[in-house]
Amino acid sequence: MPEVTLVGAVTMALARAMAEDERVVVLGEDVGVNGGVFRATQGLLERFGRERVIDTPLAELAIAGVSVGMAAAGLKPVAEIQFSGFIYPAIDQVVSHASRLRNRTRGRLSCPMVLRAPCGGGIHAPEHHGESNEAMFAHMPGLRVVIPSSPQRAYGLLLAAIRDPDPVIFLEPARIYRAVKQEVADDGEALPLDTCFVLREGRDVTLITWGAMVKETLAAAETLAAEAVSAEVIDVATLKLLDTDTILASVEKTGRCVIVHEAAHTGGFGAEIAARIAEKGLLSLQAPLERVAGYDTIPPLPRLEHHYMPSEARILAAARRALAFA
Amino acid sequence: MTKVAEFAIEYTQFLDPSGRPTGRLPDFARDAAALIPLYRAMVLTRRFDAKAIALQRTGRLGTFASSLGQEAVVVGLASAMRTDDVLLPSYRETGAQLYRGVGLDELLLYWGGDERGSDFAGPKHDFPVSVPVASQCLHAVGVGYAMKLQREARVAVCVCGDGATSNGAFYEAINCAGAWRVPAVFVVNNNQWAISVPRTVQTAAETLAQKAIAAGIPGLQVDGNDVIAVRHGVAQALLRARAGDGPSVVEALTYRMSDHTTADDASRYRSAEAVSERWATDPIPRLRTYLVEAGAWTKADEERLVEEINGDIDAAVERYLKTQPQPPEAMFDYLYAELPRALAEQRAAAAASRGDDHA
Repeated sequence: MPEVTLVGAVTMALARAMAEDERVVVLGEDVGVNGGVFRATQGLLERFGRERVIDTPLAELAIAGVSVGMAAAGLKPVAEIQFSGFIYPAIDQVVSHASRLRNRTRGRLSCPMVLRAPCGGGIHAPEHHGESNEAMFAHMPGLRVVIPSSPQRAYGLLLAAIRDPDPVIFLEPARIYRAVKQEVADDGEALPLDTCFVLREGRDVTLITWGAMVKETLAAAETLAAEAVSAEVIDVATLKLLDTDTILASVEKTGRCVIVHEAAHTGGFGAEIAARIAEKGLLSLQAPLERVAGYDTIPPLPRLEHHYMPSEARILAAARRALAFA
Repeated sequence: MTKVAEFAIEYTQFLDPSGRPTGRLPDFARDAAALIPLYRAMVLTRRFDAKAIALQRTGRLGTFASSLGQEAVVVGLASAMRTDDVLLPSYRETGAQLYRGVGLDELLLYWGGDERGSDFAGPKHDFPVSVPVASQCLHAVGVGYAMKLQREARVAVCVCGDGATSNGAFYEAINCAGAWRVPAVFVVNNNQWAISVPRTVQTAAETLAQKAIAAGIPGLQVDGNDVIAVRHGVAQALLRARAGDGPSVVEALTYRMSDHTTADDASRYRSAEAVSERWATDPIPRLRTYLVEAGAWTKADEERLVEEINGDIDAAVERYLKTQPQPPEAMFDYLYAELPRALAEQRAAAAASRGDDHA
């Protein structure tokens, strides 16, 4: 079984999907000869040819809009936006067309496309290279929004996203692209797009997160364990459509909950999770909900970035507040 | 200084405004009788247009975008296409949709505020109306790419307005289409007005067709009120695309005789005189005069046509008005291929609201 990084697992899933279904095409800036700026599409051009691995003009709106047309005409485009900070021009096509083509034609046409983009900060990159904008997409009906946090989940979730008959926004946390290697079986097994993953079971407090923050959150859980506190860690993975059941079941068990995300606090997806818990699980709470998020500021340039990103210390502080509340 | 490139935009007209040929007609127009279906389609488009506006004014249809005066553009382009080509319209191509087989009642259903109007019986592969201007131009590139990849001799035909050519999506589309040599035709229905902004304020470009030159693809102008010129220009572009020679832009010069939509009042920004002058270039009498002078059309033919069209429209209106709205939970039923578990509760709530319509 090969040991691969998260980005390596993305490549593996892309190759698998292209091999099993000739309708799958990959397009984006520098995805061909260069194999993508993060090498996510490395080797695909050589294996599948330039008709199916397409270097696009430098135009994000076009990448998304062309994908809509391809998808409606019977292909399964997997488009790459080079960084999620450059995804904003593409939003018009995602929201105005991809998300609603099936609905507005009552199923006559559909839009089975995946829009992939590296997301999040912490990679010491220039401005606009560290955005966490998942909540914007999660707000829009008709889409699925998926963020993997490990090589295995990247492989299984991306395969599921490509096979899904509807549009999926697939955000890949760049900070952990090469953080760990994991054994990933290239067996074509997809993971479900309608469940959260419980990464660690616990009784005392629920820590909910996704993407790169899974790393700090698991570290916090480990620290708590050393203090005899049993923390449950949930990787949301699929933000839209959200598996509320797994979250509610956990909060019912622990009575205390901390939601962790890198994106700005206000209107972040943590707010939606908090609202769901308030709606359906309020009485199982024994302490106020805690949110550990990016500040409501512009993501700072690299010299201040580590102050912006939720740290293990901030997660621990929030967890301890929740645990201390009586 | 060295001149490194030189460009020109050609303009084509076959019938002058009085209906007289300006020269040798293209092959398809040699037999005047062959033009009768085009004439019929233009008359149908105009009559349907008038009926749609009347329905809107009496509260029985939603906002409607008239194509009054632009019938030659939409009928001309549709008549040049094959059934298995794909039309990607904006919101002013009613006549093209009708020509390709979308039903009168289906169009009424769409403009009457019902998604089922875009689930037309045929042609199944055509795109629905696209409201965000120029956005459909990018879809045409993707559709064309799919056709090319699948080795099909089909073409994506997209229509947008003059205002849409100011939009980034238009430029990105023609650029991509050129770079990839996809089989696509971009028809610009230049009706001179983007709601209240006239063509002269929209851009400093002398023609809209010349925008194609920057994309490295052919751009041509046709008289958009001469259905023969439109059909010919689009047919040439289709031929090139089908032969693997890539995309083109066809700018059809016409004039918006109506308000932008039924929600607009054009008297706020243009004079009635400026508009009425334009009736002299009306595409419908132009072709009728030609047909009559060629001995292919009579007063009796005209009367029969009008009677037949009126009957078809009335029957369609009746079917449309009898169509019951979808149940409220229908808004969930085509959101995804299957109803996600996460939405079951909301769908049930919507279903339970049935009967609350007039509460």
